[in-house]
Amino acid sequence: MHGTRILDEADRLMTVCNSCRYCEGLCAVFPAMEMRRAFSDGDLNYLANLCHACGACYVDCQFSPPHEFNVNVPKTLAVARAESYAAYAWPRVLSGTFARNGLVISIVAALSMAAFILGFAALNDRSVLFGVHTGPGAFYRLMPHNAMAALFSAAFLYAILALVMSVRAFWRDIGPPIGGRADGGSIFQAIRDACELRYLHGGGVGCYNEDEKPTDRRKLYHHLTFYGFLLCFAATSVATLYHYLLGREAPYPWWDLPVVLGTLGGIGLIVGPIGLFMAKMRRDPALLDEARYGMDVGFIAMLFLTGFTGMALLVLRETAAMGPLLALHLGAVFALFVTMPYGKFVHGIYRFAALLRYAQERRSEAGS
Amino acid sequence: MSSKYDVLVIGGGNAALCAAIAARRGGASVLVLEGAPKFYRGGNTRHTRNMRCAHDAATEILTGPYTEEEFWEDLLRVTGGQTDEVLARHMIRESKDILNWIVEQGVRWQPSLGGTLSLGRTNSFFLGGGRAMLNALYLTAEQLGVEVQYDAEVTDLVIEDGMFLAARLKRPVDGATEIRATSLVAAAGGFEANIEWLKQYWGEAADNFLIRGTPYNRGSILKMLLDKGVQEVGDPTQCHAVAIDARAPKFDGGIITRHDSVVFGIVVNKHAQRFYDEGEDIWPKRYAIWGRLVAAQPDQIAYIIFDSTVVTSFMPTLFPPIAGQTVAELAGQLELDPAALEKTITEFNAAVRPGTFDHTILDDCVTEGITPPKTHWARKIETPPYLAYPVRPGITFTYLGTRVTKDARMLMADGKPSANMFAAGEIMAGNVLGKGYAAGMGMTIGSVFGRIAGREAARHAKN
Repeated sequence: MHGTRILDEADRLMTVCNSCRYCEGLCAVFPAMEMRRAFSDGDLNYLANLCHACGACYVDCQFSPPHEFNVNVPKTLAVARAESYAAYAWPRVLSGTFARNGLVISIVAALSMAAFILGFAALNDRSVLFGVHTGPGAFYRLMPHNAMAALFSAAFLYAILALVMSVRAFWRDIGPPIGGRADGGSIFQAIRDACELRYLHGGGVGCYNEDEKPTDRRKLYHHLTFYGFLLCFAATSVATLYHYLLGREAPYPWWDLPVVLGTLGGIGLIVGPIGLFMAKMRRDPALLDEARYGMDVGFIAMLFLTGFTGMALLVLRETAAMGPLLALHLGAVFALFVTMPYGKFVHGIYRFAALLRYAQERRSEAGS
Repeated sequence: MSSKYDVLVIGGGNAALCAAIAARRGGASVLVLEGAPKFYRGGNTRHTRNMRCAHDAATEILTGPYTEEEFWEDLLRVTGGQTDEVLARHMIRESKDILNWIVEQGVRWQPSLGGTLSLGRTNSFFLGGGRAMLNALYLTAEQLGVEVQYDAEVTDLVIEDGMFLAARLKRPVDGATEIRATSLVAAAGGFEANIEWLKQYWGEAADNFLIRGTPYNRGSILKMLLDKGVQEVGDPTQCHAVAIDARAPKFDGGIITRHDSVVFGIVVNKHAQRFYDEGEDIWPKRYAIWGRLVAAQPDQIAYIIFDSTVVTSFMPTLFPPIAGQTVAELAGQLELDPAALEKTITEFNAAVRPGTFDHTILDDCVTEGITPPKTHWARKIETPPYLAYPVRPGITFTYLGTRVTKDARMLMADGKPSANMFAAGEIMAGNVLGKGYAAGMGMTIGSVFGRIAGREAARHAKN
C-alpha cells in the first residue's frame, strides 16, 4: 500500500502493464517499469513524471476502459504527477497552493498586475504615466532600472531556490538509478530528449488527444511555447548584458538582438499557449485530469499573458499606452516568476529530472 | 430496405481489415460489419502482438533470416503434418511480401518484446500491440473509403447454390436490415466464446473454461456457412488452450493472465497430485499443452507450486502468487488437503537428483523414482514462503473452419468452389493448422489470406 489512492492505482496499473509489455516501444515509461518488479512511492513518482501524456498507450491498450481491468495509464500518471508537485513543493507550507492552483495563479497574477499599476500611478505623475517616452531609458522613466532589476532578480532567485529544493526532494525520493551510474553522457541524452520532446510522439506516428487517431499537434505547440519562453528569456538576458556591459539602455530598435529574440519568442508565447489550450479543450475526457484543469489552464494563461503584454508593449511603446502596458507586462512577468515553483511550470523541471534518471538507467543497462 | 456493395466483409479483425483494404484498393466499394462495439472491435487481434513472416535476410527489427523452408518445417512440426501443403506453402511464400505490405497499411513494427527473445529472429512485433495494429488498419481503411459499422450483428446469410446474395442484420444500418453484395469475405473468427458450442465436445467441463478473447467470438457466421453447405475443415474438438490464472475474468483476460512458471515448480490437481512432466521441454515450446492437461483434471483446476527461490525467474504476473509459510498453510489457502500436498512435495523433493540448473537449455536436473517424472529443471521446493498460482484452461481459438482454395475461395460440401464467397483468418485457419500452434501464425494466416480474399473478392465484383 502506498501513501495515496492514486499511487495505489498507479501501482496496480504498473503491475498489469508489467505482465503485458506491449507498450514498451512507445516511450520511456514502460522500459523503466520493466527494470522493476515492485514499485515504491518514489518509483511511481518517477514514472509519473517520465510520462509525457502522448496518449498512445491508452488507445493501444486492449484493457483500457470500458474493459474491467480499467487500464488508463495517461490519466493515472497525470494525477500522480500533479500530486507529486504538491508533495515535493518547497517550502512544504506552500504545497497547498497546488490544491486550487488555477485560483491561486489568477489571484497572484491579478494582485501583481494591480500592484504594478497602482505603484506606477502612485510613484509617477499622471503626465509621466500617460506620457509618450522615446529613446534610451524610456522605460526607466516609469520605474528606475535598478529597482526593476532588484525586484525581478529577487523574484527569480527565489523561484530558482524553491525549484532546486523541490527537485532535490524528488531526486532523493526516486532513489539511486537502477544500475547506479551517472555521467555526462546521461545529462547530454536527457537534454536532447527534453529539447526534442522525444517521448511526445506516440511511439513515432504522433500523439493522441481527442480519439484513437494520431492527429494531435501538442508537440508543435509545446515547442512554440517552450522555445518562445527561452527566446524571451534570452532577450532579457541579452538586454541585461547590453545594459551593464555596453551601457546601452532599453528600448532598443526593432532590428536589435533583444527585440528580435523577444519578438520571435513573444509570437511563440502567443501561438503556442493558444494551441495548447485548444488541444486541452478537445482532449478525450477519459484522459483528462479534470481536477488540475485550473493548474494547466492557469499556466497556459500566464504564458500567454506574458507574451501578449510583451508584444503589445513592443507595438505601442511609442504611444501614451506604454506606461500602463509596461505595468501590466511587468506584473505578468513578476507573477510568472513567483508562481513558477507553485504551478505547472514545475512539470518541466521534474520531467527533466526523470529523463535524466531514465538516461542513467538506460546507459547502465546497456553497459552492464 | 436493403443496400448494395461490391464487397461485404463480415468480421473486424486483422483478416477482415486486410481484406477490406485490399478490396478497396482493388477498386471495390466495401462495407465492414463488425459484430462487436467499437471498443471491442477486432476479435482476437486485440490481444495479439506479433506475426510470423518468412524473410531471406535480417531486417531492422528481425535478427536474422527465416527462410520459407524453415517456416514450412516449423509448421510441419507443430501440426504433426496436419496441414494442406499447397495452401500452407502458398501462405508462407506470400508472408514475405506481407512484412512490407502491412507496413504500407500503417502498421508499425518493433523488435521483440522483453521476455520474448526466442522470437526475435522469426516474429515481427506490432509497436503498441494488436490494438495499435487494428487502429492503424481501421484508420487506413477509413481513409480509403471503406465503410465500417459496429454492433452490426448478422443474423442470417442468404446463399443459393454456393452463391452469396445478402446478409440480414439484427439492427438496421442506415435504415437497411439487409445488405446485398457481389462478393462476401467471411472473416469473423472462431467459436471459442460460445460455451454452449464448446460443450458439444467438452461437456460440462467447458463451464470451467476461461476465454482469453472477447465474448463476441461466438462463431455464428461459421455456423451459418457450414449449415448452408460450405465444406468444413479442422477438428471441431480441437482448440488452442493454455493454462491461465484461475482468477482471470471469464472473457477477454488476454495475454496478461498467462503463466510461464510451470518449468520452475510442480503442477498438482485438486487432489494435490502431480499429473504431467513439468520439465518436458523448453518454455514456450510446450506452453500450449497445459491448457488441455488442466482441462482433463477434475474440476478443470490445477496449481503451479514453487518456492521463494524462483519468483524472479519468470515474468512478473498480474495476480500475485498465493503464499504460505509452510506447505500445510499453502494447502489451506488453496483449499487442498494439507497432508496430500505435503506428501506430494516430500516425495518430489526426495526424488530430485543433483544437477546443474540452467533454464535456457534442457538441463540435467531430473527426478528419479516418481511418476510422472520431472525430466529437466527439477529442484527441491523447500524455501518458504511456498507459493502457488491456481490455473484453469484458457481458450485462445478454435480450429473448426471453412475449407478454402489457394485464392481464399470457400469450397462447398460437394467440392465445388463458391462463386463469390471467400474466407480469411481464424474462420479458415484449420486449412493450414490442423492442430498445434507456433507464435504469430494466426496473424500470418489472417493477413495473408485476408489480403488474398479481399483482392479476389474485388476482382470478382469488378468483373
